[in-house]
Amino acid sequence: MIHRMIAFATLLIVCGIAVSSLQAEDWPQFRGAQSNSVARGKQPPSEWSDADGKNIAWKVKLPGKGPSSPIVVGGKVIVTASSGINQDRLHVLCFDVADGRQLWERQFWATGRTLSHPSSANAAPTPASDGQLIFAFYSSNDLACLDLDGNLKWFRGLAHDYPAAGNDVGMSSSPVVVGDVLVAQVECQGDSFGTGIDKITGEPRWKVARPREASWASPVGMSGNAGIVLLQSPKRLSAHRTSDGQQVWDYEVACDAISSPTSIGNTVYVASKGLTALKPGDKPEPDTLWNAQNLQPGAASTIIDGERLYIVNRAGVLNCATTADGKPIWRVRLEGEFWGTPVIVGDKMYAFNKAGKGLVVAIAADGSKGELAGGGQLDGEIQSSPAVADGAIYIRSDAHLWKIAAE
Amino acid sequence: MRTLHSICLAALVAAAISGRLSAQGAELDTYVQSLRKVQPEGVGHREASYAWGQLVEQADADSLPTILAGMDGAGPLAENWLRAAVDAVAEKQVQKTGKLPVDRLEKFLAHTNHNPKARRLAYEWIARVDKGAPERLIPGMLDDPSLELRREAVTRLVTSAASSAKANEKEQAKATYREALVAARDLDQVKAITEALAALDAPVDLQHHYGFVVDWQLIGPFDNRAGKGFDAIYPPEEQIDLAASYEGSAGDVSWKQHHTDHEYGEVDLNKALGKHMGVAGYALAVFESDHEQPAELRTGSENANKVWLNGEKLSEAEAYHANSAIDQYVGRGTLKKGKNVILVKICQDEQTVDWAQNWVFQLRVCDSSGKAILAKDRGPANPKPKKVEATAAADAS
Repeated sequence: MIHRMIAFATLLIVCGIAVSSLQAEDWPQFRGAQSNSVARGKQPPSEWSDADGKNIAWKVKLPGKGPSSPIVVGGKVIVTASSGINQDRLHVLCFDVADGRQLWERQFWATGRTLSHPSSANAAPTPASDGQLIFAFYSSNDLACLDLDGNLKWFRGLAHDYPAAGNDVGMSSSPVVVGDVLVAQVECQGDSFGTGIDKITGEPRWKVARPREASWASPVGMSGNAGIVLLQSPKRLSAHRTSDGQQVWDYEVACDAISSPTSIGNTVYVASKGLTALKPGDKPEPDTLWNAQNLQPGAASTIIDGERLYIVNRAGVLNCATTADGKPIWRVRLEGEFWGTPVIVGDKMYAFNKAGKGLVVAIAADGSKGELAGGGQLDGEIQSSPAVADGAIYIRSDAHLWKIAAE
Repeated sequence: MRTLHSICLAALVAAAISGRLSAQGAELDTYVQSLRKVQPEGVGHREASYAWGQLVEQADADSLPTILAGMDGAGPLAENWLRAAVDAVAEKQVQKTGKLPVDRLEKFLAHTNHNPKARRLAYEWIARVDKGAPERLIPGMLDDPSLELRREAVTRLVTSAASSAKANEKEQAKATYREALVAARDLDQVKAITEALAALDAPVDLQHHYGFVVDWQLIGPFDNRAGKGFDAIYPPEEQIDLAASYEGSAGDVSWKQHHTDHEYGEVDLNKALGKHMGVAGYALAVFESDHEQPAELRTGSENANKVWLNGEKLSEAEAYHANSAIDQYVGRGTLKKGKNVILVKICQDEQTVDWAQNWVFQLRVCDSSGKAILAKDRGPANPKPKKVEATAAADAS
């Protein structure tokens, strides 16, 4: 009897998921719904101040550290954190976008390795959502699936399953939902793999071996091919079917270990030999459209907005170039060190440096020019990327989560 | 007659309620058991996911000790499923009434044979609704099996000791710091306490306190080019003959005695065996235990390493220059009565960058709480005066 009830309950969940979809205003994963760090809709303010509260809609204290970024789903902000002397307390927190009220919190105990560089934390990967379920992933390779009300659907310890999986410098690859599969990348010197997980049950669909080398890049769904996910390693970028993990093409050239790829249509932009644009076809290797040695992303990933792309290099210089051929258009020196990826909303880019300073870059309507045009200081070190929803910016430090919105 | 009727009716109602409650209790237990059955790779998830939903829907706050007790003997995955259920039930109750059955939770907390994580969780929910709970409960937890509860008790002592030191009550401060040091297990607290004691002219022998092994026999280098030496079985893995010499990667090698004075027991193989890249070295120690006992061999190294106790491999990690820390790798085994052989293999890779040149390890022997287990023939502690700044005590919380 209990098995029939379980089967019925699973069917209900599957049907529920099938009819659900993300809302247009949601920011459901690292770098947004399209993994390109671009939001549409209302424009956030160009100036804010933590000190006097200007355009700070609310600010809440977090119980732990985390370079992970917030996500916004169905009127709720989800953020992860980790705490404890050994960083073994894993938190998932849910706040109301309207007033910052905490709606619920769930905690877990890490089952994998929790050591990391002091500047990082266990809560380094950004959670992902399909609009109904939340997938919270951690450097310890613990993975919790909850619904939007905080009900646990499943919990896995990928390093509990594969004990040699881990990196004591810390891991930060953020998972991505592609169709009914959650894809996670666990690349390290030990048990190194990519895996596709049934998002409803948490059961593994596939697991592919990856190079035994540390990587912090995140998997990305091919925007022009719904059934393909990109996995980037320091020595290659490969594309895999999400149904069974089968590799469909491979670009075996040195790639960056931190900055993640961006896919628009059927073109892939990867931090390799500077920046390289690839066009996959039916061959086992993609065609190279162009290569720009002068466009070398730092930790931030490439932002693509229409005909223009943007990278922030290690020196903190924002470069704008054409997506057609990688030709430079303009550059602006930002200030400081950037770990998070900026976002573009309308004609403005919002970037946060490690020192907590936000910088707004106004982009000319024809794209010919960009110039600093505002920003504001937040109190704390920021390594996360901003999330944007309904004209508001959500950004977190190791201690706080802010909503920046026009008063 | 009416009284008799009333009594019978009351008895019937009580029986019905009792039956319903016990039936409900049996169902809750079934759900808890489903959560305990989760296995790696998603095995048992479908049943557990259903059971979790039912458990959280049906359980009330009085069921919290039952769910907490479900963690006793549970694996790390099941602990998390159960923890989420406890939090969901307690959160619902607190949002509704602001109250929890503190007496029942305290009773659960008092039984130190329960899962330490479950007890800590019980404490956290007690403390959330009863602001006086920390003051009432924590002072008695200096020797608690839950290291998180113990940590708070240590913090209280450190705060007290710091106050004594500030009031120039040096002897009282030293006594309180020493009491805290005996209980402390977290490395940051130990560091802060020992620095505070050093500032009070009462240095601590950290090698002795932690149980670092400081006397070794070393041999190497053997070939580890292209990382192939990690899995290669060289003679020290096959037999221990301290008089033998073998062909190494840079000529014949033989065992050398080595003593480390490093306060955290670090053995620098670059100094002891020479600077080499793409090599493997071995360290051997004989550890005499006065009785058979479970023990942990905790290693720290930024090099790939393997650790054996009496020929049994307890831990291994094939990672190079990806951070290192005290207690980074934990191997669990059993010390037999008498002489035990600890063998460590430390591999260095061939990277030329500055940050990849260290070839070093440290190893200590301790119980599962982290308390040092000292060899029977280990001498007494030998603290050496050291100049430190007296600022760390305040950071021990």
